[in-house]
Amino acid sequence: MMGLLDQLPVMPVLLPSLTAILLLLIGDHGGGEHNLRKLVLSSHISIVSALIGLVIAIQLMVQAADGDLMVYRMGEWPAPFGIVLVVDRLSAMMLVLTSLVALPVLLYASGGWSGHGRYFHALFQFQLMGLNGAFMTGDLFNLFVFFEVLLIASYVLMMHGLGRERLRVGVHYVVLNLSASALFLIGVALLYALTGTLNMADLALRVPLVTGPDAVVLQVAALLLLVVFGFKAALAPLSVWLPATYAASSAPVAALFAIMTKVGVYAIWRVHGVIFGSSAGASAHLVEPLLLPLAVITSAIGVLGVLAAQTLPRLVAWLTVASVGTILIAVGLFGEAAWSAALYYMAHSTLTVAGLFLLVELVAAQRGEVGGRIESAAAVAQPTMLGLMLLLAAASSVGLPPLPGFIGKLMLLQASIGHGHATLVWSVVLLAGFATLLGLARAGSTLFWHVRADLPSGASGASAPLIAATSMLLAASVAMSVFAAPLQRYTQAAALQLADRKAYADAVLGEQGGADARTTRPYTGDGGAKR
Amino acid sequence: MMPSMEFLVATGIGWIAACGIWLMLRGRTFPVVLGLTVLSYAVNVFIFAMGRLWSNAPPIVGSGQPIADPLPQALVLTAIVIGFATTGFVIELALRSRHESDTDHVDGKPEDRPGSTT
Repeated sequence: MMGLLDQLPVMPVLLPSLTAILLLLIGDHGGGEHNLRKLVLSSHISIVSALIGLVIAIQLMVQAADGDLMVYRMGEWPAPFGIVLVVDRLSAMMLVLTSLVALPVLLYASGGWSGHGRYFHALFQFQLMGLNGAFMTGDLFNLFVFFEVLLIASYVLMMHGLGRERLRVGVHYVVLNLSASALFLIGVALLYALTGTLNMADLALRVPLVTGPDAVVLQVAALLLLVVFGFKAALAPLSVWLPATYAASSAPVAALFAIMTKVGVYAIWRVHGVIFGSSAGASAHLVEPLLLPLAVITSAIGVLGVLAAQTLPRLVAWLTVASVGTILIAVGLFGEAAWSAALYYMAHSTLTVAGLFLLVELVAAQRGEVGGRIESAAAVAQPTMLGLMLLLAAASSVGLPPLPGFIGKLMLLQASIGHGHATLVWSVVLLAGFATLLGLARAGSTLFWHVRADLPSGASGASAPLIAATSMLLAASVAMSVFAAPLQRYTQAAALQLADRKAYADAVLGEQGGADARTTRPYTGDGGAKR
Repeated sequence: MMPSMEFLVATGIGWIAACGIWLMLRGRTFPVVLGLTVLSYAVNVFIFAMGRLWSNAPPIVGSGQPIADPLPQALVLTAIVIGFATTGFVIELALRSRHESDTDHVDGKPEDRPGSTT
């Protein structure tokens, strides 16, 4: 008989999925205005569920902070034969981050958006299930399944509210993601063919055993996976889909999608950072020559997009690309200090970008017909509050002290000292920060200062729940500055734990792990009798 | 000389994948959906073949005879189910898009495309 606390790691997957099923059973308001009672009930259930999810995630993070790996074996099947969920510091942090984004976004969506289409809350919970599962699973094929869960939910969420533009971009988004899924399957199948396992801990042990011509095929598989994860993360040159998709989505959906690019970053970390990391034998350091230059290019493309953006949602979407570039620069530097910086910056940028997506919609709604286009219009109804919120978010994205964006970039720059490409990293990160400043200052001054008195003023001020939801995201981001020291300790410990492949293998595989990992490869069809 | 089973399967997968990619690069949604489906067939057979090709080998351990690897068969089943669901979704999406924009071009009407409006 297991205690309830032992079941905790499976809850971040179970809770949203059960909530989603419940929401589907309740049904929805039918898209019209005639059954609002169901919509209100749905949004209450959804918010309460997200709140419980946040509490569970924080509890998991507290437990993970001790350094213990929580391994949950589905159906008690021993790894690597069964599927395991593993919660280490990185996973726990990603879970908390997901909940921290989800809760304000749900509050915001309940203020109006969730009624503009059908089954918003059920789909939202399915998306959370996919995200949480992807962050916890210790099995590569299971990662694919959770990717599909979150993607299918995201396809429908992206088109929430419908309209010609959403459908047009939606077709591209779905087709591109389905092609990426095909590549994911090819990569996973090749990995299995050569190593005989898909368990991440087991893979880390068996990849070094693959040598000779097989190692080349294995590296092809890993690079195929880099294409897939890079596509999700919007790594250049696979980043151009993101601005169109995110800008076309409704604001709360785009804010939730801010965490979706991080799934790609997370997967690159687990697969290319750890499994194909420094001790992968013939395949060691596989992506090191690739990741840093690509991340630098992503950053550059992102800030160019910020400078060129014509509308506010597009500006924030390009900002997402630029921030992913910065995170991947830190990941690509390969080292505990750099990874710690990447983790810190990732948490900050996700919260800031999500807050910005909500904020720019609030601003656009008050500008009459001009809406989100960056050109002068009538004054917004709440210039002081919205202006200050935008200033705060912008200053944090640019990296001005004492905001978390500054701390994250400082950690990154310090970590890069001594690295071969330190000059490149410094110049790109600092120039990108400056260009972001230019882009955001241009947008901000047009929005709030170039006011045209001749145009009719927009709608009244935004309602309190919408403002509160947006402020929650920005406040969470600012709180990262206040709690910078404990957070930094946590991210450093998380980076150390990631690099400790032996402890991970021991915890996941138990007595079957270690140096003498049994392997069924090369596969001869004799049932592994050679072992 | 008879071509080997491996050669035939590999060439077949390659040919199906090529057809799928060619169809996916078409400009109308229907060929694109067909292309995705054909590509997913190629991927499914590829996963299946990654357990190596065996004839007359049951996936049962301990029977004393050569055994086939059962795991790729389980994986391909999952991939088929997911592929089926996404195909259903993308067909509905293509129909909705056709209905909304009065064209089945993947980029919508020429005036909707980026560059012409913004």
